[in-house]
Amino acid sequence: MTGNRTIDQTAAHIADAIREGRTTAVEVTQAFLDRIEAVDGTVKAFLHVDREGALATAREVDAALARGEELGPLAGVPIAIKDVVVTKGLPTTAASKILEGWIPPYDATIVERIKAAKMPILGKTNMDEFAMGSSTEYSAYFKTLNPWDTGRIPGGSGGGSAAAVAAKMAPLAIGTDTGGSIRQPGAVTGTFGAKPTYGSNSRYGLIAFSSSLDTPGPVARNALDAALLHEVISGHDPRDSTSIDAPVPPVVAAARAGATGDLSGLKLGVVKEFAEGTDAAEPGVVAAYEAGVEQLVKLGAEIVEVSCPSFTYALPTYYLIAPSEASSNLARYDGVRYGLRAGDDGKHSLEEVMSLTREAGFGPEVKRRIILGTYALSAGYVDAFYGKAQLVRTLIKQDFEKAFEKVDAIISPTTPFIAFEFGERTGDPYQMYLADLYTIPTNLYGGPGVSVPVGLSEGMPVGLQVMGPVLGDDITYRVAAALESTQDTLLADTAPEIER
Amino acid sequence: MTKLNTYEQAVETYEPVLGLETHIELDTNTKMFCGCSTTFGAEPNTQVCPVCLALPGALPVANRAAIEATIKIGLALNCRIAEWTRFARKNYFYPDMPKNFQTSQYEEPLCEEGYVDVVVEGKEYRVEIERVHLEEDTGKTLHVGGATGRIHGATESLVDYNRAGIPLVEIVTKPVPGTGALAPEVARAYTAELRDIVRSLGVSDVRMEQGSLRCDVNLSLNLPGDGWGTRTETKNVNSLRSVERAVRYEVRRQSALLDAGERIFQETRHFQETTGETRAGRSKEEATDYRYFPEPDLAVMEPSREWVEELRATLPEPPRRRRERLQADWSLGDKEMQSVVNADAVELIEATVAAGANAAGAVKWWLGELSRRANETGEELGALAITPAQVAELQSMVDDGRLNDKLARQVIDGVLAGEGDPAKVAATRGLEVVSDTGALEAAVDEAISANPAVAEKIRGGAHAAAGVLIGAVMKATKGQADAGTVRQIIIDKLS
Amino acid sequence: MSTISREEVAHLARLARLEVTDDELDAFAGQLDVILESMKTLAEVDTDGVQPTTHAVPLVNVFREDQPQPSLPRDAVLAGGPDTAEDRFRVPRILDEEA
Repeated sequence: MTGNRTIDQTAAHIADAIREGRTTAVEVTQAFLDRIEAVDGTVKAFLHVDREGALATAREVDAALARGEELGPLAGVPIAIKDVVVTKGLPTTAASKILEGWIPPYDATIVERIKAAKMPILGKTNMDEFAMGSSTEYSAYFKTLNPWDTGRIPGGSGGGSAAAVAAKMAPLAIGTDTGGSIRQPGAVTGTFGAKPTYGSNSRYGLIAFSSSLDTPGPVARNALDAALLHEVISGHDPRDSTSIDAPVPPVVAAARAGATGDLSGLKLGVVKEFAEGTDAAEPGVVAAYEAGVEQLVKLGAEIVEVSCPSFTYALPTYYLIAPSEASSNLARYDGVRYGLRAGDDGKHSLEEVMSLTREAGFGPEVKRRIILGTYALSAGYVDAFYGKAQLVRTLIKQDFEKAFEKVDAIISPTTPFIAFEFGERTGDPYQMYLADLYTIPTNLYGGPGVSVPVGLSEGMPVGLQVMGPVLGDDITYRVAAALESTQDTLLADTAPEIER
Repeated sequence: MTKLNTYEQAVETYEPVLGLETHIELDTNTKMFCGCSTTFGAEPNTQVCPVCLALPGALPVANRAAIEATIKIGLALNCRIAEWTRFARKNYFYPDMPKNFQTSQYEEPLCEEGYVDVVVEGKEYRVEIERVHLEEDTGKTLHVGGATGRIHGATESLVDYNRAGIPLVEIVTKPVPGTGALAPEVARAYTAELRDIVRSLGVSDVRMEQGSLRCDVNLSLNLPGDGWGTRTETKNVNSLRSVERAVRYEVRRQSALLDAGERIFQETRHFQETTGETRAGRSKEEATDYRYFPEPDLAVMEPSREWVEELRATLPEPPRRRRERLQADWSLGDKEMQSVVNADAVELIEATVAAGANAAGAVKWWLGELSRRANETGEELGALAITPAQVAELQSMVDDGRLNDKLARQVIDGVLAGEGDPAKVAATRGLEVVSDTGALEAAVDEAISANPAVAEKIRGGAHAAAGVLIGAVMKATKGQADAGTVRQIIIDKLS
Repeated sequence: MSTISREEVAHLARLARLEVTDDELDAFAGQLDVILESMKTLAEVDTDGVQPTTHAVPLVNVFREDQPQPSLPRDAVLAGGPDTAEDRFRVPRILDEEA
C-alpha cells in the first residue's frame, strides 16, 4: 500500500530527503532495520542483517553532510545485497552449507563502489544455492516467501533481494542474473529488476556460477531508482578480464526521459517464436502483458514482429553452457582452504574428504547441475553437448543482432507463469527451468534486459520484459519508465501488508 | 627384479623414439594471473591473494610480461606465433591447485611448429617443437608422517600457496625418431640447448636443480620398419645427466620387455636419482578426463604482428652462434669446443676470461682439474664452490710465477673448502712459490752438499743431472719453489 | 545421445568429487534423462560455418602490467581454513600422485 512512511518512499526521494536535511541517514537506516525486525520473521528474505555496520555508515553520511561535504546521488540510501556477492567481514554463503560461516577477507568491486557511494548495507539476502534456481526453494537455509502471497515463491535465484524490496525492507538491492535471476523474481514480486549488459558490471567478487553469463544488477521499486543504482555500480574494472571498457550507458537520463511518457518513433519487437510452442505463457500472464503493450502503443511505440528462430533452442543451450561452466567454477569448494570440511576423522583420505565435503555441502540442484555440466564437458560428449551449445549460442546472438536492425528494443512477458506455489515444481527440474524461457536468450546474447511490473493475474504480479542491444541499457530503462508513467500506482506500492 | 638388456643389445634391435616435455618457470615480478610477488624464499602463504588462493568470487587477469616472455621463447625456438590464441581450463582435483582446475592452453597455444638443432658427436639432429604454451604452476605440498617425506606413507600434508600461480611455459617436442644409439645424448643436448636459449633471453633462471627447468622424458621403441611403439613418460628428471640416464634406462627396460613378448604400458614413471632407474607410478583406475574448455574468465589474445616483430628485435644472439663466436675467439678446435659444451662450461669459461684469464688457461682449469673434481663428487661443474673470478685469479697467480701447477691444485682445495679467494688461501696455507732467493740459495747449497757426486757431474757440464738436486730442493721447500728458478740457481752455482 | 545410466552418473560423480548416495544416483539418472532429451533438439540445428561463442561480449588482449600488488595478510589467508598447521593448510593423506 502506498504510504507516507520512510519505508514507502523511493530511493530517489530518500536520497533527496537526506541531502536536503529533511531526514537523517540514521533515521532512514533505522526505519528499514525496524521494518526488517517487524516482517522478516515472516518473509525470511535475509540470511544476515548487519545492524551495526549499516548504522555506522549512516552515521558517517550524517557527519559528512554536517561538514558540508558533497556526497553521491544515493548517499545514505540503504541497500540489501544478494548473498552471492562477497562482502568483507560479513558472512557470505551463496545460500550454501558449504560456505556456512565463511567471512570473506575482501570486498567485491561492486561492494567497494556501494561503500564509496556511502550506502548503508543492511545485510545479505537469500537466494537459490549458488544462484541455481528460479524459486529460492533451493536455498540450503530456508525458503523466502513472496510478500504478495506467502504460500508462493518469490522467484529465483534472487528471491531474497526481490522480496526484501517488495516488502519494503530495503529500497534497493543487488541481485545477479545468469538466466533470469533478477528479472523473474522482479516479475513475480511486482518489483523492478535489471540485468545490465554483460561485462558492464564487474564480476570480481561475484561468486561464480556461469562465468560467461553472470551479471550483477539493480533491484528496486521502479526504473529510476534502479537506474541510479545502476550508475553507482557499473563501469570498467581492471580486476575483471571480461569487464567492458566503455562508458556506462546513460540509464538515469533514459529513465527520466521515459517518465515523460513519449515513445513516439520507437519500434518495439515481439518475438514470433515466444508466442508459439507448447511452453507458451499462462493466459492471465499474456493478458496482463498485452494490456501493457497496448499502453506502450498509446505512448507512440510501434510494435513490429521479429522472428528469432534459434530462440527455440535457448533453453537447452543455456542448460548445457551454464552447468558446464558451473561444474568447473564449483570445483574449488573442496574443504581445503575455506568453508565446510566433512569426514576428516583420520580414517579418510583427502580425496574422500573432498567428496564427503561436497556431498554434505551441496544441495540437490547444485549436484544435479555439476553432474550435468561434467557430462556435457566429458570426453566423447563435449563436441555434441558443450561444443554444439556454443555454436547455437552464436545463432541466438545473430538473431538478436538481426532483430535490432529492425527494432530498437524487444518486449515479452518476463516469465511464463505467475509465482507458483511452494513445492509445485521442485519434483521436476525441467518444469522449474521453464520459468526462464523468456529471460535466457538475452543472457546468451549478453544484451541488457529489464523486468517492469505490468499488471496482475489471479491477484499476483506480472512483469513485462524489455531487452536491448548490447550496451543499449538506456533503451530498456526508457521503455520501462514510460510504461510506469501509464500506471496510476506502481505495483510495488500496492503489495499487500505482511501478516506477521 | 626388473630385467634389463644391455644398452648395446637394445639399440641393436630397436629404434628409440624420443619426446621431451619441458616446463620453464618464468621469473616475472608477479604471478601469471594476479599481482602477488614471486620473490623466492618467502614465508609460507605470505604471497597469496583471493585470486591465487581461489577464494569464491576471484578472477584472473593475464600478466603481459609472461605473454611476452613466452612469445620470445617461441621466436627463439623458430616457432610460428599464433594470431589468435586463448587460455583453457584443465579440470582435475588436487590440493596444491586451488581452483581444482589449471588455467592453461589447449587447442590454440601461443606458439607452434618450431625446431632446435643440436650437434651430437659431429652429427646434426633437428628436434621439432610441437608447441609452446603458457600455464600456471601449483602450490607446494609437504608430506608429513612418512619415512621419506614423499607422498607414499604420509599421514597428512601441508600446503603452501606461495608458488601457486607462478607463470609456467610448457615446451613440447614432436616425436624425435632417427637418433638411434645416440638417443640419450640427443635428449641431453636438446635440453642443454633449450636451457641455454631460454637463459640467453633472460626470462628464467632455468636451473634444473632449483626446479625452474623441469623435464619429462618420453620414450618408445620399435623394430625397424614398424610404426612407433607405446611410449612411457618419465618425470622427476632433475639434471642433464639424469635426462641421459633416464633415456638409457628406459631403452634397456623396454627392450627387455619387448624381447620377452610383453607389452609396454603407457604410463608415467619416476626417475630414481640414486639408482638411475625408472619406477612405475601408481596406476590409476581410469585415465583422467580433463574436460578442457576455453577459459571464460579471460579474453582471447591476438598478438599483433607488430608486437611480435618488436619482441623479435629484442632477441639476443642465439647460443649456438655465440658458441661459434667464442670458439673462434678462444682459438679452440671443434673437438675441444665440443668438450667445453659437453662439460657445460661455456659460460664458466666466458666468465673466467671476462675476469681476466686467457682462454687457454680458463679451458685448462675448467676442463681439467675442476671437471675431475666435479666428476668425483657427482656435482655439476657450475655447482662447484669456486667462481670464474677465482679461477681467473688463480691463473694470474700462476702466470706471475707465484704458483706452480701443483701448488695451484692445493689452492683449489682451499677455495673449494670455503677458505676464501686464491690469494687468501695461498697466504693462509703458506702455499706461494718461494721467491726469496736467499732462502732458495740456502736450500740449493744444502742440496749440493748433500749430493756431491751429482754436483760434480753438473760442474762437468751435465746440466741434465740437475734434476736430482731440483727434486731435493722441491722436497725441502715442500714444492713451493719454482723449478725453473731453482735450476738456474744450481747451474749458476756450479758453473 | 542415449539415456544416461546409473553407472555413467556414478562415473561423473567420481570425476566431480561428489559422493552421491544410491537414492541420489537413481533420482539424478532419471532427472538428467529428461533434461538430456530436450537437448537432443540441438542436434537438429544447422550450425555449418558458424563460429562458437564463448564470450557474450568478445574482448581481446586484456592484460595487466607486471607490477607487484599487496598480497593478503597471512592470518587472513589462513583464517578461513578448516585446518591449518605451521602456517600452511593441513590436509589428510593424499592418495593420487600429482598429474
